[in-house]
Amino acid sequence: MNKVVTNVEKALEGIKSDMTIMLGGFGLCGIPENSIAELVKLRVNGLTCISNNAGVDDFGLGLLLQEKQIKKMISSYVGENDEFERQMLSGELEVDLIPQGSLAERCRAGGAGIPAFYTPAGFGTEVAEGKEVRDFNGKPHILESALTADFAIVKAWKGDTEGNLIFKATARNFNPMMAMAGKITVAEVEELVPAGELDPNEIHTPGIFVQRIFQGERFEKRIEQRTVQQKA
Amino acid sequence: MSLDKTGIAKRIAQELRDGWYVNLGIGIPTLVANYIPKGIEVEFQSENGILGMGPFPMDGEEDADLINAGKQTITALKGAAYFDSATSFAMIRGQHVQLTVLGAMEVSQNGDIANWKIPGKMVKGMGGAMDLVASADNIIVAMMHANRQGQSKLLKSCSLPLTGVKCVRKVVTNLAVMDIKDGQFHLVERAPGVSVEDIIKATEGNLVVPENVPEMVLD
Repeated sequence: MNKVVTNVEKALEGIKSDMTIMLGGFGLCGIPENSIAELVKLRVNGLTCISNNAGVDDFGLGLLLQEKQIKKMISSYVGENDEFERQMLSGELEVDLIPQGSLAERCRAGGAGIPAFYTPAGFGTEVAEGKEVRDFNGKPHILESALTADFAIVKAWKGDTEGNLIFKATARNFNPMMAMAGKITVAEVEELVPAGELDPNEIHTPGIFVQRIFQGERFEKRIEQRTVQQKA
Repeated sequence: MSLDKTGIAKRIAQELRDGWYVNLGIGIPTLVANYIPKGIEVEFQSENGILGMGPFPMDGEEDADLINAGKQTITALKGAAYFDSATSFAMIRGQHVQLTVLGAMEVSQNGDIANWKIPGKMVKGMGGAMDLVASADNIIVAMMHANRQGQSKLLKSCSLPLTGVKCVRKVVTNLAVMDIKDGQFHLVERAPGVSVEDIIKATEGNLVVPENVPEMVLD
C-alpha cells in the first residue's frame, strides 16, 4: 500500500486547532523538524502536544511555544527552555509532567489497545495524586491510562513507500510508540526508498502504523549539548 | 578535606561489580564512568535508548543522532545496542539494570528522594528519575552534603516534592558514605581528613555512628 505524500503540506492535511498531537524525539534528537516548521506556518493553535521534551527556545517545539500555539504540554522533562518556563509559571501553558517510562508505556499502550496499566513509578509522589493504587507482590503501583492522539508525527532515518521505518541510533526513542498511537501517523524520513529496498528483518516500525510518509526537505539536526574530546 | 565531585565519583566507582548494567544520572553520576576499577566489566545504559555507551566523541566526529540522557553527544562501544523508550524502561522497571546512580536535592533517613521540582521556582520535570528510583534494587545517591545555602541535604524528612519513597540505599557525599536502613542513616566511611563530628554536624537526619569509622581509600 503506497503511503507516500509528496510534501509536508500534504502530510499534515487535516491538522486543526485544538487537536492532540504526538511528536517523537528526545531533546532535539529524532524530532520531526520539517513538520514542526509546517505547524508554525499553518498557525494552528490550542494544541495539546505529547512529547518527551519541549524543545529549546528557538528550535523544536520551542518554535510553537513562541507563537503560543500550544495550550497544553504532556512531557517528562522541560528544562532548557526559558519561554516554556515563563508560560508555565504565568499559567498560560497547561503542563502535565509524567515519568519518562510511564509516558513511553502510555503511548505504547494507546497503540496496542491496552487502556491502562499499573506501574510503580511515581507512587508516593505528586504524580500519583488521584490515581488508583494497588499492591502487587507486596509493592504499591499506580494505574496509568493509555495515550492516543489525533496525529502522531514521527521522524525516521529511512522509510519505504509502504511506510516501513528504520531509525538511527538514539534518534529512535519515542518515535516507534508514538507511531503506534496516532489516529493518523505521519512519518518524515531522511531517505525514502521504494518497497523492497529495506531488509524486512531490519524494520523497526512496520508500515501498518504509518498512514502518510514523506521525505523531509531539510534536516538541520541541531545538537543540544555538543560534548567532544580534543585530540591529544 | 572534603571531596570534590571527582572524588565522589571515584568512591562510587568502587561500588561497581563485574557484569553489572549501570544507569548513571546527569551531573556527578556521569563522572563515575571515568573510574571503573581495573579488571571488571560494566555496561552503561542511558534511558534515551542505548546500552554500551562509550566516551564523548573526538572533536568533529559527533553525531546528532547519538546522545545520552543528558543530551550530550556520545559514542557507542563495540557490542552496543539501541532501542526505543518503552524497551528502555522495560529494562529499568523489569530490574535488568543492577545499579542506578543519581543526584538529589534532598534525601531522607527512610530513603525518600527529592530531585525534580522546587515549587514556584524550578520545574524541569522528573524525566526518567521516578521510573528509575521506583524500580531499581540498588540506588546510590551522589550529591554534596549541604546545599548552596549550607543546609543539610540529609534530612529527617524531605521538604521538596518527592521523586520516590523508601528507595535510596546508599548516599555518597563530599563528606561521607552512608547506608540507609531501618529508617536511619548509618555512617560507613568518612572522606579523607573529615572528622566524624563534622559529619554529625552536617547531617540533619538521624545518623548512627559506629565506634570505628574508616577513612575512604581513593587512588
